[in-house]
This record gives sequence, C-alpha cells and structure tokens, in this order.
Amino acid sequence: MSITTFLQHCLTGISLGGAYGLIAIGYTLVYGILRLINFAHGDIFMMAGYFMIFALASFPWPVSIVITLVITTTMGVVIERLAYKPLRTSPRMSIMISAIGVSYLLQNLATYLFTAIPRGYPDIPLLKRIFHIGELSASLVTLMTPVLTIVLVALLIILVNKTKTGMAMRAASKDFETAKLMGININRIITITFAIGSLLAGIGSILYFTDRMSVTPFSGTLPGLKCFVAAVFGGIGNIPGAVIGGFFIGIVETLLVALGYSTFSDAFTFLLLIVMLLVKPTGLFGEKTVEKV
Amino acid sequence: MKRIAVFLLIALFACQFVFAGGKAESASGEKEIVIGVFEPQTGENGGGGFQEVLGIRYANKVYPTVTIGGETYKVRLVEADNKSDKTEAVTAAQSLISSGASVIIGSYGSGVSIAAGDIFLDNKVPAIGASCTNPQVTFGNDYYFRVCFLDPFQGTVMANYAWQEGAKKAAVITQLGDDYSSGLGNFFKRAFLELGGNVVSEQQFQTNTTDFKSILTNIKAAAPDVIFAPSSIATAPLIIKQARELGITAKIMAGDTWENSSIIENAGASAEGVVLSTFFDDADPATEEAAKFITGFKTYLVENKQPDIIPAVSALGYDAYLVALAAIEAANSTEGPAIRDALVKVSVEGVTGKIVFDENGDADKDLAFIKVIQNGQFKFLKTVSVL
Repeated sequence: MSITTFLQHCLTGISLGGAYGLIAIGYTLVYGILRLINFAHGDIFMMAGYFMIFALASFPWPVSIVITLVITTTMGVVIERLAYKPLRTSPRMSIMISAIGVSYLLQNLATYLFTAIPRGYPDIPLLKRIFHIGELSASLVTLMTPVLTIVLVALLIILVNKTKTGMAMRAASKDFETAKLMGININRIITITFAIGSLLAGIGSILYFTDRMSVTPFSGTLPGLKCFVAAVFGGIGNIPGAVIGGFFIGIVETLLVALGYSTFSDAFTFLLLIVMLLVKPTGLFGEKTVEKV
Repeated sequence: MKRIAVFLLIALFACQFVFAGGKAESASGEKEIVIGVFEPQTGENGGGGFQEVLGIRYANKVYPTVTIGGETYKVRLVEADNKSDKTEAVTAAQSLISSGASVIIGSYGSGVSIAAGDIFLDNKVPAIGASCTNPQVTFGNDYYFRVCFLDPFQGTVMANYAWQEGAKKAAVITQLGDDYSSGLGNFFKRAFLELGGNVVSEQQFQTNTTDFKSILTNIKAAAPDVIFAPSSIATAPLIIKQARELGITAKIMAGDTWENSSIIENAGASAEGVVLSTFFDDADPATEEAAKFITGFKTYLVENKQPDIIPAVSALGYDAYLVALAAIEAANSTEGPAIRDALVKVSVEGVTGKIVFDENGDADKDLAFIKVIQNGQFKFLKTVSVL
C-alpha cells in the first residue's frame, strides 16, 4: 500500500469517526442522566437525513440546515415526552423496551412515508467542493467533519462544566432524587439533554449523508449501533470518551476494509463491545460506580 | 385512563380479527384462484421488489380472470413481503402456501428465492421467478421456473462488452453473502479472464455499507480500466458518486439491478457513462404484448406516483404473471403439480420476448440489452447475444 493510499484511508477513517463521535455523544448524554440507552437515536439521525432532503427541495441550504436542526431537535424532545417520560417511574427495562419500540416505529414510518427506495441526498455545493492535496483528494465535508466534531465537543464540555445548566445536568446524572430536592427542574434538564443529543445527531446526519449521499429508512440502524459501541468503548456517560470511541471505531473500520478484511469490519465493532464489557465494563474513561445502599 | 387504554387496545385487536376474517372469505361466492406474490417490499431490496410487484399488480388488472374447465375464475393476488431477508423469506413463503396459493411469482433477489425454493418444492407449488438471475434458484428444483436470463450469461455479456471496448484490467466489487452480487461478480471474472483480461482488484463489502471510500481507494491504486460492481439499487449511487469523488475515471459497469431511475436521480451527473445490462428496452418493443404494455403501464406508474420510466423488473413481473395464467389454463386445474407439468410445455409471447422453459426451468433467453446512462437517461446501446 503506497503512502498516498494509506493517507487517503486515514482521511476517510477520521472523517467517518468524526460523524460517529457526534452521534455517540447523544447516547452518552442520555445514558449519563437517565441511565437509558436510547435505541431510537440512530433513527432520529436517519429522520434528520429525510428532513434535510425535503427542506432542501424548497429552501436554500443555509436555511435548510437550520430547519433540519430545529425539526430534529424538536423530534428528539417530543419522543422523550411521549415515549419515555410516562415510564420514568417504571422499571428501567420498560423504558428501554419503549426506546426499541420507537426505533422500529420510526423505521417503519419512514418506509411507509418515503418508501424503501433510497433517496438521494442533495448536494450542498460548498460542502462538496473537492480539494486536491498532492495525490489525495477529498471533499470539504470530509475535511470539515473531524474539525467540527472537536469544536462542538469542546463547546459541549464547556457547557457541562462551566454553566449553571451544565451543573444541573451533572447533578442530575449523579443523583436524580437529590438533584430534585436541590430545586433542579428535572424535566427541563432532561429536555435539554435530549435536545442537545438530537441536535448533534442532526449535525452528524448532515455531515454523514453529505458524504454518503443516500438515505433509506434503515440508514440509521448500523451507524446507530456502532455509535452505541463507541459510547460504551469510551465509557458510557463520558463525553470525550464517546468522541474518542467514535474516532477509534471509524479509523479501525476503514483500515480493516482497506486491508481487505471487509468481512470483519462490522464484526470488529461488536467484538470490541464484547471484549470491552468483559475486560473493562466502565469503558476507557468511565467512572467506577459505587453502589449506594 | 389506563383501563380505557387497555379496552381500546382489546377493541383494536378484535377489529383486526373481524376484518381479517372478512378478507379471507371469497367476496361474492364466485370462484377464485390464488397467485402468491413473493417479493421484498421492505429492506435492502424493497425498492426494486416493489417495482416488480407493480408489474404483477398491473398484469392482474389487465388479466383479472382465468378459465379453468369452462368456468371463469377470478385471480386473487396474495402478497407476502420477504423483507429482503433469507430468514423472513422462509416465513413469507410458508404464509403464501397456507393462504392456498396455486402458483407463486417471485422473488426479486436471488438469495431469498434460493432460501424459499425448498418450501415450494416440498409443498408442490410451482414458483416463477421474475428477475432472480442466479443459476441456483432453479437448479435441481423441479418447481422453480424463471422468465429472465441467468447470471453466467449476463456476466459473459458484460465481460465481452468490456473486452470489446478495449479494457484490459478490471476491478470487481461484490456484496458479501449476497448470492446475486457474488455470483454475477464471479461469472464476470471468469469470462473476463478467459478473454485474456486481468482482474487487478477484487473488493467485497458488507450489506448496508454506505462508505465505499476505502475499497475504492484500493481500486484506485490498482488503476483498472473498468469496474464491475453488481449490487443493489441502494448501493449503486454510493459506489458511483464516491468513485468519482476519489477521482476514479474508470468505466463503471453493473448488472440488471442498476436499471432503475432512482440511481440516476441519486447519483446525478456522476452516473453519466455507467453501463449495465438489462432484460428489456421500452424504446424497442419486441412483441405486440410489449407495445400494449408500454403504453398501459406508463399510465399505471403515474397513477401509483412512480416516475414513468418502465423498470425492466416490472416487465418481468408482468411476464411471470402471464406465464402463470397460461400454465393454469393449459393445466386446466388449480393444483400445483398439474400447473407445474403445464409450465414445462408452456410458450408465451411476453413483454420481454418469447418465453419457453428449458429442462432446468429457465427461460430460453439469449439476448441482453446493454444500456448506458447519458444525459440523465438510460440509453440503449446495443443488444448482445452469446451462445
């Protein structure tokens, strides 16, 4: 493999990893606060793809991006209100099963509304500009994805660590009941969490699909699962961990395919999940939880 | 509140049973025969499968009845969605058998057809494949027939075409675990090697892959003249666009699945120059039935909110239905074994040409249409026949 080919693979991997990282944050945030694995997250990501297609049909792209992000965020919040909130006092398993239900509902709704025929993701000319650096060629979006991911994560970490809302989020993630007693409006915090998660999924969706160009009702399933693994790998509940997990999975997956082991590229991701759970269940950067009695 | 919800749920279930029961009974006591439609309507091949179903539904609209023993039978279509999945295919096939189907049509996608083949065989219900091109579908199965050409033929056609165009080095991209893709890829490779060409890169990808950049980067490094990438409609635009984005200029070629307007729609300008082989050309109707079909079906497509470009698989679905009716009439019976015996001898002037079955149950077809995408349209390039 020549050095150019290798670098080209790395570029692809880093870009893919960036998009994974953005989605993985959604899993990690929600888990951090609700101890819920939001299985519908991958499908929110898929729906964002469809929203963008329809928005771009009638608006210029900057407006469409705003519309898509607003609708996606709203959808995430509405799903929480309708499908998770009523179950908050039920056993944790019920809310998780509800999440799986929402996931299938969204997939089949999309199949019903938009058919299973893949829809072309419209080009955003600016993002698709192709750059040549020596022998390498990449579109702007490929180069932009990892940078944007890191910037967004930095912002998010500032939000969580430096603002009052962030403090409330951390309090809620440590202890739900006590946080409530301290006068924190739990519903508001959970809404904000879902809003941020869905917003990032929306951004991730725009970056991911601009680079991959077609959306089907099932486009969200596999990326969703992989990002979940990324979140677990980084230590679920830990924001930088999720992003590093995303990058790691993106790069390794790309390199495996590059080396001709595409048979194992998906298997690798899930093998990683199993090994991680066996060896270090809290993930790379996860905190040890102490069971309180 | 909760009690009301539970009550509503129960009421809902009850309704379902009532309505389901109503459906199963023949409406007005007139005699009917059931034709099972075994197609993927969701999943990876949901899009293509649906187009085949449209062809079958349209055929049923044009020919709603069949005469058996001097009596007119109404043909009722029962559709089962095999979800592009080999496990689901078995369940769908069984549900068709239990709905009393006399003949089965389908499926789009060779893998699911192979998976369900034994069920049709065991229950002695003949099946007519419309567009499943893998040889294994009918091979060794007395109850499976098909109206399209086969992959060894298609692979040879494309290899010959590439060779005639002066290509010496080819790259092949196939989908892991997909009988259609890997089968056709192999036949292409074999034929191309026999011609004296060289296959410089063989790449595989997983179902539902959306990122082909890594395999395409490998292909770029091998610098082939042509890329042969038989795959599903969902995959096609991704491969085409990502290849062009990486600066690959080699000619991209594929098999029959790619003749679908959604590919042009999705891949846009990058799709220009893509070459594929297919079963049918609507600019050049081969038979009288074809001319009739082309005008009628275009209106039907518009009614169903589809683009008015006739997909070859719809034409094949239509033909499969015609063959089924002809066989039922010839057998003069609704029984599976009798229909099977009639199928062996049947000869039908279909939309895609004359259909006669050989000893394997394959249509005796030796003509493929090669088309190229030009100015956002599938343009007929030439017909190729190989012995």
